[in-house]
Amino acid sequence: MAVISLPTPLRPYADKSAEVEVNGTTVGQALDHLTEKFPALRKHLFSEDGSLRSFVNVYLNDEDIRFLDKGATKVGERDALSIIPSIAGG
Amino acid sequence: MTHLTNAEIQRYSRHLILEEVGMAGQEKLKGSSVLCVGTGGLGSPLLLYLAAAGVGRIGVVDFDVVDVSNLQRQVLHGTSSVGKKKIESAKERILDINPFVQVDLYDQPLNSENALQTMEPYDVVVDGTDNFPTRYLVNDACVLLGKPNVYGSIFKFEGQCTVFNYAGGPNYRDLYPEPPPPGLVPSCAEGGVLGILPGVIGCLQATETIKVLLGVGETLSGRLLTYDALNMKFKEFKLRCDPETKPITELIDYQQFCGIPANGHEQRKNAEGGIENISPVQLNSRLSAVGLQLVDVREPHEWDICRIQGATLIPLREIEQRLSELDPQKETVVYCKMGGRSKKAYVILNGKGFGRLTNLEGGIRAWSKQVDSDMPQY
Repeated sequence: MAVISLPTPLRPYADKSAEVEVNGTTVGQALDHLTEKFPALRKHLFSEDGSLRSFVNVYLNDEDIRFLDKGATKVGERDALSIIPSIAGG
Repeated sequence: MTHLTNAEIQRYSRHLILEEVGMAGQEKLKGSSVLCVGTGGLGSPLLLYLAAAGVGRIGVVDFDVVDVSNLQRQVLHGTSSVGKKKIESAKERILDINPFVQVDLYDQPLNSENALQTMEPYDVVVDGTDNFPTRYLVNDACVLLGKPNVYGSIFKFEGQCTVFNYAGGPNYRDLYPEPPPPGLVPSCAEGGVLGILPGVIGCLQATETIKVLLGVGETLSGRLLTYDALNMKFKEFKLRCDPETKPITELIDYQQFCGIPANGHEQRKNAEGGIENISPVQLNSRLSAVGLQLVDVREPHEWDICRIQGATLIPLREIEQRLSELDPQKETVVYCKMGGRSKKAYVILNGKGFGRLTNLEGGIRAWSKQVDSDMPQY
């Protein structure tokens, strides 16, 4: 079980949870499990072609998965995943 | 070399006795210049502290006037400034804090035509804007001019801060290559923001600005700092130059790039098209019509602030599950705070066969201005 941290804007689509425990050995599987638990999150994370949206970053611990193996990046039991979307308020 | 007067030496004594600042550093600050884009939530603490710290020349860009709803977080402005130009209010406050600062005012929205010229004279640019088009514009112009861009952004209880385009480091497009499509991410005016949040993030930006000007410490270049006020957590993530990002060679049409008008607030107009609007005055005359369904798609805590009599509350996020509570044969009007969420509700209901459907233009905010002046505005 890895833990995914959700940002405030996405919490309404995940029963207001700040953190969700998910199964999976890769980032892709972990995100799939997250969106199976909370289907309303899917359109906020993925485009219609199934790719991660370009204003949503996913980090494995402190590293952006775009610079690792993207969805195929291995996730261990003790790893923390964070979803950090673009925000613009000022 | 800029020298300090005796009055300035007295004023900055707590800096002067810091080894990392000293006379040389304070003179450097006096000889330096910063452009602050936006005088809102982030711009407020930024300008207060940059002025107090003795940055010699401060440019201020804003086109807005002070609204009473700004005062919950924009501590640069006061109640007596409501209705005044924000840049004028900013200048008065800055000069009251520190009369040794030169303040340049730019009464304009920053755009592709004026950005390079406006930013060119300054050593550092600080991004305190409130919308995606201006953020990409500030970033791209900083890249083209080779200037550091001290970035901060906020939403609800969360903030982000970093330094872009500094010492060969990454820029905004390395972090987020593209903005969200219009409508997917609400603005602070729609989604709300904790008033203290920009204070925290703006102070982080001010700190980074001073460090860049002095050339001391380790800046946030290459690191994204995130802050979750609700759970009181700071986190740090690595930020790298993305080799897949297209190089920035010119300023583009940022409204088109983001699909929404810049300098949004209430002026944001319907970009989707095909939505039939009803004005508050028209709705008022239709309210007594038999069988009219008025649907409020805001959240329950907003409903508690004010509502239009006769409305039914169905928050946007629940509307698809609660369709059975509505009759598609009836004339239906949807509304929210400002008209953004209700447009999404309109699209959903339109797809479910609601034939006689309209959207309240400008939301309950416009209603309170045009029809019911006793209703509180939020």
